[in-house]
Amino acid sequence: MGSIANAFSSSIGKKLIMGITGLFLISFLIVHCFLNSFVFFDNTGVLFNEGAHFMSTNWIIRAMEVVLMLGLLMHIIQGARLTFQNQAARPEKYAYNNGNANSKWYSRSMGLLGTLLLIFLIVHLSQFWRVSRFTGIPTTDAAGNEDLYAVMKETFSNIWFVILYVLSMISLAYHLLHGFASAFQTMGWNHKKYTPMIKVIGVWFSILIPLIFAAMPVWIYLGL
Amino acid sequence: MSAINSNIPEGELTDKWTKFKSSVPLVNPSNKRNLEVIVVGSGLAGASAAATLAEMGYKVKCFCFQDSPRRAHSIAAQGGINAAKNYQNDGDSTYRLFYDTIKGGDYRSREANVHRLAEVSVNIIDQCVAQGVPLAREYGGLLDNRSFGGTQVQRTFYAAGQTGQQLLLGAYSALERQIGMGKVEMFTRHEMLEVVKIDGKARGIIARNLITGELERHFGHAVVLGTGGYGNVFYLSTNAMGSNVTAAWKATRQGAYFANPCYTQIHPTCIPVSGDHQSKLTLMSESLRNDGRIWVPKKKDDTRKASEIPEDERDYYLERRYPAFGNLVPRDVASRAAKERCDAGYGVGSSKLAVYLDFKANTERYGKIEASKAGIHNPDAATCLRLGTAVVKEKYGNLFDMYAQITGENPYETPMRIYPAVHYTMGGLWVDYNLMTSVPGLYCTGEANFSDHGANRLGASALMQGLADGYFVLPYTIGAYLSKEISVQAIPTDHPAFAEAEAKAKGILDTLIGIKGTKSVDHFHKKLGLIMWDKCGMARSEEGLKWAISEIQQLKKDFWSDVRVPGTADEYNTELEKAGRVADFIELGELMCLDALDRNESCGGHFREEYQTEEGEALRDDENYAYVAAWENKGDGTFELHKEELKFENIKIAQRSYK
Amino acid sequence: MSTGNMNLTLKVWRQKNNKAKGKLVDYKVSGISPDMSFLEMFDVLNEGLITKGDEPVVFDHDCREGICGMCSMFINGRPHGPKNAVTTCQLHMRSFKDGDTIVVEPWRAKAFPVIKDLTVNRSAFDRVIAAGGFISVNTGNAQDANSLPIPKARADAAFEAAACIGCGACVAACKNASAMLFVSAKISQLALLPQGQPERYKRVQNMVAQMDAEGFGSCTNTGACEAECPKGISLENIARMNRDYYSAKFVSEDEV
Repeated sequence: MGSIANAFSSSIGKKLIMGITGLFLISFLIVHCFLNSFVFFDNTGVLFNEGAHFMSTNWIIRAMEVVLMLGLLMHIIQGARLTFQNQAARPEKYAYNNGNANSKWYSRSMGLLGTLLLIFLIVHLSQFWRVSRFTGIPTTDAAGNEDLYAVMKETFSNIWFVILYVLSMISLAYHLLHGFASAFQTMGWNHKKYTPMIKVIGVWFSILIPLIFAAMPVWIYLGL
Repeated sequence: MSAINSNIPEGELTDKWTKFKSSVPLVNPSNKRNLEVIVVGSGLAGASAAATLAEMGYKVKCFCFQDSPRRAHSIAAQGGINAAKNYQNDGDSTYRLFYDTIKGGDYRSREANVHRLAEVSVNIIDQCVAQGVPLAREYGGLLDNRSFGGTQVQRTFYAAGQTGQQLLLGAYSALERQIGMGKVEMFTRHEMLEVVKIDGKARGIIARNLITGELERHFGHAVVLGTGGYGNVFYLSTNAMGSNVTAAWKATRQGAYFANPCYTQIHPTCIPVSGDHQSKLTLMSESLRNDGRIWVPKKKDDTRKASEIPEDERDYYLERRYPAFGNLVPRDVASRAAKERCDAGYGVGSSKLAVYLDFKANTERYGKIEASKAGIHNPDAATCLRLGTAVVKEKYGNLFDMYAQITGENPYETPMRIYPAVHYTMGGLWVDYNLMTSVPGLYCTGEANFSDHGANRLGASALMQGLADGYFVLPYTIGAYLSKEISVQAIPTDHPAFAEAEAKAKGILDTLIGIKGTKSVDHFHKKLGLIMWDKCGMARSEEGLKWAISEIQQLKKDFWSDVRVPGTADEYNTELEKAGRVADFIELGELMCLDALDRNESCGGHFREEYQTEEGEALRDDENYAYVAAWENKGDGTFELHKEELKFENIKIAQRSYK
Repeated sequence: MSTGNMNLTLKVWRQKNNKAKGKLVDYKVSGISPDMSFLEMFDVLNEGLITKGDEPVVFDHDCREGICGMCSMFINGRPHGPKNAVTTCQLHMRSFKDGDTIVVEPWRAKAFPVIKDLTVNRSAFDRVIAAGGFISVNTGNAQDANSLPIPKARADAAFEAAACIGCGACVAACKNASAMLFVSAKISQLALLPQGQPERYKRVQNMVAQMDAEGFGSCTNTGACEAECPKGISLENIARMNRDYYSAKFVSEDEV
């Protein structure tokens, strides 16, 4: 007892990892959302590509990318482990369980929502991240930057991808709707004065960020 | 009839306990490790004793029939716990607590025991606070007190309406700590069925594992019973469904005397019976009488709603009859007064067996105080009501919620309807000053013994007595006995006495299963309850008691020939548990009537219609009945009376008056 | 006196013992009064079963006034039934309608194995308390109770946490069968009081370790426990426990 290592293997420690990585991923969403929203302001893609170029060349960002991937991985692995362990804590299920009477469906479905997001991420990363990092982007834009915007336009000309992205952002919204405030609770940050505020911010965040993300493929598909 | 020795130490009343403690033989630590003590029951008296004995170094085994020691019915005590701390600077002292308790008990308790109780009462509060029991506090951070019946000082400590819960959880946590350290072995879902006696001394018990049905033998150098009261003999009471007399009753079969069985406390403020289906009654804490005024309509058979009855047509009968104590008269007095009004035709509610407990006047009073605090000088009625309701909610919120839950009525708007119900039993196993029963090595603590409350217990004194016995009295007094047992090796449980006791317990279980009659256990229990309530309840008479005795004897025959206990004895069988308990209740019921019949006087909770003053107050007969009636169970359905004379050397015995 | 006229269909979990397989069995009860408590309705059911020669349904109950924490029925998909802030024994039949079908199951959790019918073994809770849910003060060691003033708000908060009755509804309601509300309530009560400080960090570590060893799930903050708790124990306690746990593990230099 007393060692830091075993702190993370306890039930509270595992949740701590979920909370920390969750908050970290939330902070990433803000950056990602901010940069991507350049697409709304310049339909030539130059502004967006400028941003993408900065992100892919700045060494701090590149270092953080590694941290981000590790964080994401931890969030996924720990989340999966917790889901299975928690299911094992009730081997025999109720014949009739009225969960809606005491909690929100999305709070009870974080594993499912997370899985949907994982599927989305695999698609999303292979479409953009894999291309920009590994296989390379064939074209350049007017400013001479790699034309990631063109890849985006290409991808979102397919209605099915647009639908997939929009649906996934709905999953993300619900995942955040629980996850945002929950992370604070897990960190032990429950305070009579601040918690109500955190909850309100959480709701707005969970609606706004996914909404902006979801608007991008629609925007591009519609050629606005 | 023979006199019995209560082993009260010599000397001045105020020095007895101190002297006893300094001169009682001790057991050295290495010997304590080899001495085993069995504690049956895990309520305030049992858990505190088990924990303390283990802290002292004894090997302890503790038993309870519930699934956890935390469930014991002490948990349901609401109002508070008395202690002579005098924190309120209102003139309280050990002597006053002693005096109030003796007087409250209608001069039928032992001076030495009660004084000791008053002395250790202050230690209890210290101990509980140290354990982290969150007793109510004032804004300055110091402990708060309130008033209870039968006293003119504020000495009652409380934790909202859940004082018993908080104190029990304190004792439970102390017990669990010892369990965690391996010093107490806990047996939950176990019921004691026999006391094992070897060479005249209690040496163990037979307990039934309620899950498997297995009978287990357990050895102890001494056995402590902290098994609570027997109010469930009335079927309907404020006791828990499982509360029972079986452990104490089996002890009487081994020679322990049962004292003052007829002293039953009927609590004045309970929620009235609503129908035949009712399985238990719910108490509304006595603390409510601090702010609730009790009344009935002045007109007979008044069917108007409470709110429609104007002030001058209400009879605040307690304030009228007892101006000095008003609504805070002791429980026996308040209960009888309610019964008197209802019997005379002034009762309220659909059953007409209820009186009003009304908070309106004090809500308004609090409202005015709050308004003036807030700087509102001429508050209107609505403001007063709103502010006052908030104060009442803060003080009694959980009790009001409970009332609303059960009755479906809102007590903030209409007065509560209340009626007396069986709540506590002052009688119990006879014990001497050391809390030892008439069987050497067999001790009894808390409500299960008869010791401190005489013929009527004052409010907030049960918690005090349970914890006093368990934390501060028994751990000392049992040393006097155990110091002489250090050379006794643990007796193997294949000793013939264990085998015999186990066979006896098994015989009873098999008989009960084997009857295969037509009526459920509850059927008999309800019948017994009705007989007891009608004839041995709030008012008793020679004629009624004689009738009750013959009825109970018949009921006993019917029970043993027609009870139906489904299932087998070697499984989890709740009907079998109940059957065993009801069988004992039936025998006890008869003894209670016998005792009530023997006591040709009225005192405290025992009210014989033949013996009352012209004003209807209890009329004691100190000349002939200033004794403890200790009954010896002969085992063949007969009982022999032994008397312990009560000597009052420090208190002037007088007619009890709360006028 | 009330007369009963409700007729109900019950689907009750019957299981002979811990080893046996259980199933839901249908029963009809009639003549039920709205003033009856849910357990008194079960008394009627059992009386009928006994008279017919069947075995009664075994369920835990004792005080029947909502404080002992023994009653524990999962009624129509919710611990202690459809009303908030009550125990099963405080649930009255006026919360149901004539003709209703009511499903009654035991608490379900790996740490609460079924003993028989609707009765489960909750001794895991006792073991969690034994691991540290106390203040180590032997009888007779205490100083004067008023020598330690405690601000009223703090004492009240400790009391609110201490109001837990250990019924296990939190575990029953939680999709993860997590016991964190129960455990955090005791940790909070003692952490809020000055008396609890000396063992504060040791306590939280030991109790959490025992909780994990018992096989309860972990908290995912769904809030079901708080919503179903008959005594209104707050989620704030869980956050406080988390804080104390981190302090104990990452800040405190005390070894446990």
